[in-house]
Amino acid sequence: MSLKRKAAAIGIAEVKPWKEPPPDLTPLKLMAQLTAQVLDDAGLEKKDLDGFLVGMPFADPGMLYPASACEVLGINPRMLNVVDIGGATPAGMIWRAAAAIDAGMCRAVLCIVADLNKLGDQRVPVVSVQREFESPYGNIGANCGYAMIAHRHMYEYGTKPEQMAKIAVDQRTNALRNPLATFNDKPLTIEDVLNSRMIVDPLHLFEIVSPCSGGAAVIVASPEIAKRAKNPPVWLLGAGEYSNHASITYAPSLTDSPIKPAADLAFEMAGVERKDIDLVCPYDCYTITVLITLEDAGFCKKGQGGPFVMEHNLTYAGDFPCNTHGGQLSFGQPGLGGGMSHVTEAIRQLMGRGDQRQVRNAALAYVNGNGGIMSEQVSLILERRA
Amino acid sequence: MSEYTKPLPRPTATSRPFWDAAKRHELMLQRCRVCNRFIYYPRDRCPNCLSDRLEWQKVSGRGTLYSYTIVRRAATRSFADKPYVLAIVELDEGPRMTTNLEAPVDHIKIGMPVVAYFDDVTPDHTLVKFRPA
Ligand SMILES: [Zn+2]
Repeated sequence: MSLKRKAAAIGIAEVKPWKEPPPDLTPLKLMAQLTAQVLDDAGLEKKDLDGFLVGMPFADPGMLYPASACEVLGINPRMLNVVDIGGATPAGMIWRAAAAIDAGMCRAVLCIVADLNKLGDQRVPVVSVQREFESPYGNIGANCGYAMIAHRHMYEYGTKPEQMAKIAVDQRTNALRNPLATFNDKPLTIEDVLNSRMIVDPLHLFEIVSPCSGGAAVIVASPEIAKRAKNPPVWLLGAGEYSNHASITYAPSLTDSPIKPAADLAFEMAGVERKDIDLVCPYDCYTITVLITLEDAGFCKKGQGGPFVMEHNLTYAGDFPCNTHGGQLSFGQPGLGGGMSHVTEAIRQLMGRGDQRQVRNAALAYVNGNGGIMSEQVSLILERRA
Repeated sequence: MSEYTKPLPRPTATSRPFWDAAKRHELMLQRCRVCNRFIYYPRDRCPNCLSDRLEWQKVSGRGTLYSYTIVRRAATRSFADKPYVLAIVELDEGPRMTTNLEAPVDHIKIGMPVVAYFDDVTPDHTLVKFRPA
């Protein structure tokens, strides 16, 4: 069983994230706008959509969400699902869409996320492991988990704060050429990052993603539709998914992440080597997330992520282009739209639509989606066929 | 004495022996009678072999610091009063625990030996925390 070249991304839509969203904006309203945009981008009509994968918005969650959203959007899907693997949700949607297409269940699947930076009615169970064994000690939110991962990585491998900071610096250089990025007005230096406020040792403010509001959509289509699409199709060449914990405390290791098995599966399916990849779009809720992804996805030896990022230029014009949209650290994290930004950027680059930040001759991209505290991992390899 | 405003555990039928032991200032873990592994947090079945033959055992309270962070800007208001050390301790018996470490910041080193103490945060609630051994 393989999903190699069984489906292609043919259209993308994305909005510039809002720090403060317009007062009348709702996730569903944004989904309607994104659906119109992505259909226009792909050159399809609404009736062509027969699959619907959606992320549950924190600002407006609800039961039977996909059918409610489809009714509002006027879509009659032959497959409808919430995908719920945190930040890995968007990458996870892409291979699920391809699998449904390969199985003959669908021909064109809308993958869509939209959210506002506020909490709606959460149906969080009162009795839960988080509430009973984590919250009483202050293990609340994602910052602390990633900080403990970073400390452990520093302890095991001698990773240095300036090495982690370099990731935010190069990604900011990329963001300066992305009009949709939240932070695209001034460059960053390593000193700027290390002088920014310490939030959770050893992570500084500029190493931590900034929550905002927004969304994005991608259409994944069958080979028949892809061949007559408006845009050059971007083929799914390989995909892998893996998870081995929920709370980081109970993960087998803080520094060996489930990215490794996910990436190995993706590369094996794709039949390409790490050195063949033209750009990488690793999930970057924090700088340490990128560093560990580069190691566990096999772009450098385990523990060598620090020296690797210092030795390579991670900008769109560099020898190892990484998160050419700026990453979420500079783009912003509009809920699950943060995770989708890595997917849309890889597709954009492979379609040759990178404008001022186009990676020359980009033909193969590696994308990683990361959920929770390094819990859910989805690796994708995407291809523009010559 | 000011009121305790941080989140408190709500024991379940499964976890009550753990919290009752903490109130007695004892650290007790479940142990699987089939595969012999210690288990934390409490479960209904062993996460290794899915056996339901679990028994409670008092353990040493000794372990090592696996990792930590100093939370200077907390995610919620209830922890915003002052910086605190959030830690993962690896118990000598195997499992890891999320906890707090009571230690001078410049003395904290990953890998250092630590020992449990019991913080009676309210008359009804005792949290298991650690300090340098
Ligand atoms: Zn067992």
